[in-house]
Amino acid sequence: METLYNLFETLNNLFLIIAAFIRGLFADPQSVWANLTMDVIGFIIVVVIIVLAALILILLERKVAGWTSQRPGPNRLGPRGWFQTIADALKLIGKEDVTPAGADKLIFKIAPMMIFCIPMMTLAVIPFGKGLAPANLDLGIFYFVAMSSISTVAFLMAGWGSNNKYSLLGGMRAVAQMVSYEIPLLFSLLGVVMITQSFNLGVIVEAQATIPFIVLQPLAFVIFVIAGMAELNRAPFDLVEADQEVVAGPFTEYTGLRWGLFFLGEYGNMTALSALGATVFLGGWQGPAFLPGYVWFFMKVGVFVFFMMWARWTFPRIRIDHLMHLAWKVLLPLAILNILLTGLGIYIYGFVMGG
Amino acid sequence: MTVEKTEELIMNMGPQHPSMHGLFRMVVHVEGETITKIIPKMGYLHRGMEKLAESRTYSQFIPYTDRLDYLASPHNNWGYVQTVEKLMGVEVPERAEYLRVIFGELARIASHQVFIASTALDLAGWTLWSYAFRDRERILDMYEMTAGNRMTVNIMRIGGMLAEPPEEFWTALKSFLDDTPEMLEEYYGMFFGNEIAQGRLKNVGILTKELAENLSITGPVLRASGVDYDVRKAEPYSIYDRFDFKVPVLTGCDSYDRTIIRMDEIVESIKIIKQAIRDIPGGPIMAKVPKVIKPPVGEVYHRVENPKGELGFYIKSDGTTKPSRVRIRPATFINIQMLPIVAKGLKIQDIVAIFATLDAVLGEVDK
Repeated sequence: METLYNLFETLNNLFLIIAAFIRGLFADPQSVWANLTMDVIGFIIVVVIIVLAALILILLERKVAGWTSQRPGPNRLGPRGWFQTIADALKLIGKEDVTPAGADKLIFKIAPMMIFCIPMMTLAVIPFGKGLAPANLDLGIFYFVAMSSISTVAFLMAGWGSNNKYSLLGGMRAVAQMVSYEIPLLFSLLGVVMITQSFNLGVIVEAQATIPFIVLQPLAFVIFVIAGMAELNRAPFDLVEADQEVVAGPFTEYTGLRWGLFFLGEYGNMTALSALGATVFLGGWQGPAFLPGYVWFFMKVGVFVFFMMWARWTFPRIRIDHLMHLAWKVLLPLAILNILLTGLGIYIYGFVMGG
Repeated sequence: MTVEKTEELIMNMGPQHPSMHGLFRMVVHVEGETITKIIPKMGYLHRGMEKLAESRTYSQFIPYTDRLDYLASPHNNWGYVQTVEKLMGVEVPERAEYLRVIFGELARIASHQVFIASTALDLAGWTLWSYAFRDRERILDMYEMTAGNRMTVNIMRIGGMLAEPPEEFWTALKSFLDDTPEMLEEYYGMFFGNEIAQGRLKNVGILTKELAENLSITGPVLRASGVDYDVRKAEPYSIYDRFDFKVPVLTGCDSYDRTIIRMDEIVESIKIIKQAIRDIPGGPIMAKVPKVIKPPVGEVYHRVENPKGELGFYIKSDGTTKPSRVRIRPATFINIQMLPIVAKGLKIQDIVAIFATLDAVLGEVDK
C-alpha cells in the first residue's frame, strides 16, 4: 500500500521532479539562467501540446463527423486511420505557397503566424497539473482573455490582406462576432473570480478541491460554453468561414502550410479555451486520486472538446442578426444577472456564516 | 453638406461557389451583409437540348431528357414519352401506366430527399445530408435493379416501359415504404425541428400568392404560397385520376413552408405508390409501336407534375422521323425568377436559404 502510494505520488509529481532535476543541474538553481531555461522548456512543451492536440483533434473531428453521419470517417491510413492527419500535414507541406497578386503581402503573410501564436501565449497560464503552470500569473484569466482577443485582429488581417471579397466579408464577420462575444465570455468568468477573489488560475483550481464551480455557477458555465464556441468561430457560430456563404472566409486565398497554420491555430485555440473551461468550471487537475492530476486535466479538456465537435456536427449555422441578438440581448444580460446573483450569494453566505 | 455613402460591394456567387447547386451565378450587390440587388446569370450548363432534339429521332431523345432534371429523371422521360404518345395516339398498356406512376413517385421522393439534404447542407446542417442521401440510395438501388442505371435511368419508352422490374424490386420497394415514416421523423427531428434551422427559414423569402401567380411559379414553391394547383389534379395525366391522394397546400409563403411541403408530398407519394402496388394488373408493359416512329404532322403540348413544378413539352412534327421543333418548359427556370424580387433587403445568408428552398437543378434551368 505504501509503495503504491509512493508510486502514485511520483507519477503525480513526475514533471515537478523532472523540473527540479533540471534546475539542480545549475550551480545556483534560482539564477536567471535556470529560470530562463525553465521558461524555454515550458514554451517548447506548450508548442508540442498544441501541435499534438491539432494532430489528434483534426482526426477526432473527422471521426466524430463520421459517427454522427453514419459513416466510418478516415479509416485507410494506419490502424483505424490514425495516421490520416500526418499524411494530410505532409501533403500541405508539399504544396505551393501562393500569394495572390493583389494581396497586401506583409499582412497576408503575418496573419496565419499570428493566429498560431495566440494559443501558445494563452496556454502558458493554464495549470496542467499541480504546480504545472508554464507561467503562473496573478492575472491569469485577464491575460488569457486579452491574448485570445488578439485573434480578432489576425482574422481581419487575413481577410483584408487577401484582397478577396469573400475574405473581406469573412474578416468583417469575424470582427463583429468576436468582439461581441468576448464580453459575455469575460463576464461569465467574473462570477468565479468573485468567489475565489483571484484572477490566478492556480488559485481557482485550488479552490475547487471540494466542489467544481460548474455546480456553483451553472448559468455562467452555459454562457461560457456558448460564448466560447462563438469566440472560436465553431459551428453553429462559424459564420467567419461559412462555406455556403463566403467560401472559406479569410482563409480562401491561403494554400499549403499557411492554410495549415490556420488550422493549427484553430485547434490550438480550441484546446486553449477548453483548457480554460476545464480549469475554471470543471476543477482543472483536481479529481479522485487514483489518476495523476494532469491526466484528469486532459480528460476534462477532452470532454469539452468533444462537446464542441458534437455541437458542430449537430447544429445548423445561425444567421448573423440572430447571432448579434443572442450576444447582446440574451447572453450579456444573463451574464450580468449571474454576477448580481453571485454577489448576492456571497453576501448571504458571509452573513449566515457570521463573517 | 454632402451625404457620404459607403461603396457597394459587388460579389459574384457562382458559377463555382459552394452554395450553388450547379453552375448558377448570382451577381450580388451587398451593403455590409444586406443585399441591395441580385442579378441572376444562367446558361453555364446550356447544352442546347431543344436544338439537339431536332437532329435526333423521337426515341433517341429520351436519354437527353434524363439530363434535364437529373434528380428525377423518370419524370422527364415520362413527360416526353407521353407527349410523343399524345401526338401519335398510342394507347399505353395498364401495367406500364402503373409502373410509370410507381417510378414517377419514387423519383419524386428521391428528388425531395436530395432537396432536404441540400437545404440542410446550405444551412450547414452537415449531418442530415448524409442521412437523406443514405435513404435516397435505396431508391437508386431500385432504379438500378430495373434499368441498370442509377441517376439517368432512361426507364420509359414511347409506348411503355423499358423493362419489367425484377422480383427483388418489389421487396425492396415494400421495405422502403415501411421505413419512410421513420425517415421523415428523423429528418424533422434532426434538422427542421431545430430552433436555429427554423430561425433561418421562417419568415425568410416571403413569396406572396399574387407574386407567385404573376410569375407563373409552379410546383411545391407555388403550393407553399397557398395556391392549390397541381397538374396531377388540375389536368390528370396518365392514371392519376384513379388514386386517392391530397395535394398539400401551405400558406406560410416562406422558406420554412417550402421545405415542409416537400415532406408532406413524400407522405402523399407513399400513399400513391401503395395504392399502385395494390392495384397493379398483369399484362404487357409495351404497346404495339412501330419500330420507326413517325408521328403524323401536327403539334402537341403536354405537361406533367415534376417534383420541382410543371414540366411541359411542346413537340412539332413534320411527319419525318425527327421532330421539327421541341420546346421544353422547365419548372425551376421559371421558379428562380422570383430570386431578385424576393431577396432584396435580406442578408447574404438568407439568399442561400431561399435559393436552397427553390430546389433548382441547373440541368433543367439551362437545358
